[in-house]
Amino acid sequence: MSAILPPAVGGSAAPTDPAIETGGGTGLWKDAFLRLRRNPQAIAGAVIIGLFLLVALLAPILAPYGGNELPGRTEITPTTIPGPGEIGGYPLGLDRFGGDLLSKLIWGAQASLLIGVVSTALGLAGGMLLGVLAGGFGGWVDNVIMRFVDILLSVPNLLLAVSIAAILGQSPYAIMIAIGVSQIPIFARLLRSSMLSQRGSDYILAAQTLGLSRGTITMSHLLPNSMGPVIVQATLTLATAVIDAAALSFLGLGGGLPQAAEWGRMLTYAQAELSIAPQLAFLPGACIAITALGFTLLGESLREALDPKTRQK
Amino acid sequence: MLRVIGKRIALLIPTLFGLSVLLFLWVRSLPGGPATALLGEKATPEAVARVNELYGFDRPLLTQYFTYIGKLLQGDFGVSINTGRPVLEEFATRFPATVELTIVALIFAIGIGVPLGYAAARHYGRFVDHSSVVLSLIGITVPVFFLAFIFKYLFAIQWSLLPPDGRQNPRINATHFTDFYVLDGLLTGEWDAAWDAFLHLILPGLALGTIPLAIIVRITRASVLETQNADYVRTARAKGLMERTIRSRFILRNAMLPVVTTIGLQLGLLISGAVLTETVFAFNGIGRFLRDAIFGLDYPVLQGFIIFIAILYAIINLLVDISYSIIDPRVRVQ
Repeated sequence: MSAILPPAVGGSAAPTDPAIETGGGTGLWKDAFLRLRRNPQAIAGAVIIGLFLLVALLAPILAPYGGNELPGRTEITPTTIPGPGEIGGYPLGLDRFGGDLLSKLIWGAQASLLIGVVSTALGLAGGMLLGVLAGGFGGWVDNVIMRFVDILLSVPNLLLAVSIAAILGQSPYAIMIAIGVSQIPIFARLLRSSMLSQRGSDYILAAQTLGLSRGTITMSHLLPNSMGPVIVQATLTLATAVIDAAALSFLGLGGGLPQAAEWGRMLTYAQAELSIAPQLAFLPGACIAITALGFTLLGESLREALDPKTRQK
Repeated sequence: MLRVIGKRIALLIPTLFGLSVLLFLWVRSLPGGPATALLGEKATPEAVARVNELYGFDRPLLTQYFTYIGKLLQGDFGVSINTGRPVLEEFATRFPATVELTIVALIFAIGIGVPLGYAAARHYGRFVDHSSVVLSLIGITVPVFFLAFIFKYLFAIQWSLLPPDGRQNPRINATHFTDFYVLDGLLTGEWDAAWDAFLHLILPGLALGTIPLAIIVRITRASVLETQNADYVRTARAKGLMERTIRSRFILRNAMLPVVTTIGLQLGLLISGAVLTETVFAFNGIGRFLRDAIFGLDYPVLQGFIIFIAILYAIINLLVDISYSIIDPRVRVQ
């Protein structure tokens, strides 16, 4: 089949497993990518994420001041906080501590995206491990793992994260681990059910007939073909992770300095100044919302692109 | 039906048992042990030893666990470190506030979400549809505490239309016996007290209800879209039934099943959201109490809260399942 053809340009997105390939010659992922490129919703999401990612990476160059610096300490009084454009050198004004709001938003992008990505990676890794064990072995392993997942699911997601972060103590890693662990059950369940639905497929039967070991079948046939819904969920989870991370630090978890450049933390201290400096709450809040919107747009278009029901059109 | 409910409750027991083991181990794994958590990090070794003896932390783990679970089964959730009162009592006085808030949020979310989703599906591809899709997308991605800030700033601070925080104006001096402030006012005939309590509920209720609203709009829209093209709807039209009958008895009723599931699932989100919303509006419910417990590392409260929420969550899910069979007689609860 396609093995005798030279690899197409930009074929790096090609599937790792020939079984994914459909008769048309384009793989599932390549096809999905092509469809994403035509979807304005996906492009909007990608642009938003790309911009925030760029800002986060270039924070040391873009931000006029450091994240925890308080350059305008002398400019603030208990009743006045300079707003956007009110004094030179601080385009968006200052915050309660005398930090430069623009710099803090920029550094905040770095903190939020880092927490979002690391915690989702943790949740994905943990969930996939449990999901593969449960879906691959079945039997009592499946039973034990799924009961454990049930216990985790018996508490609402955010509250689970809050309780874990509360145990782990005041550190930014606590937030990452807490959010990551609270996401494990979703990924585990999703991967397991996706694997179970693939189990009866003809290609699995073919692999069994060829005499491949159960481990090989699970890891190199079942798993790659079950990843679609998991990857969609991971993209959508990045949005929740960014929001949840902000929620946790808004509640005072995660430690660090009060003036730390973190969007959720900025909202905590904006509460008291809402009537005199509403921008201190609105700008970080908008950043959280826009980042989450970007991941949601991307995730939903990915879901559409991978959905076999809409794929045929 | 009763047997089914009994079976579901029986299935719940292992989950709650597992949860109690995890919670038990959690408190024992706190840095410095539970005694240090109780006394603070600067506690003297003597004080730690005394607390260990008093609470039985020095006994074998298994013995400790059985004491703990035995008390839990009798409704003894322990004593709050911060307030010194029994945890269950603290919940009982604050839970009504959160319930009131959740009811307002749900009424708002369902009352607007279902009709809007329905209208969007009926006018598929038109303006109503497009705007509802965009609005619900925004609703899903906006963090609830940010929304709370916006509402508070606009309606309470900028336009002074509604109270910015609290549950009731303390100057009203209302009588409370159920701790549902609106209900108290209605029962005692203190209309101004009931009205004032209601006004305090509007902003947090709207903030809390917006995300569920967005989700309900989406699900209703998708579900109605799917149902209105079903064969039985076509058959009903062919039979010459009135359009109104088709819409209410055939489309809406059948489309409601996924919506009810979603509403049930939202309750977990609402409880989490309540923690954040109550914090912004200084609304004295269990959400805010939990936040104070997080800050004060009040582990008996945290522990009790999690068990409490898990039980509540399970009951809600059971109710949702039962409501299926009422909406759709074909579904038998299993």
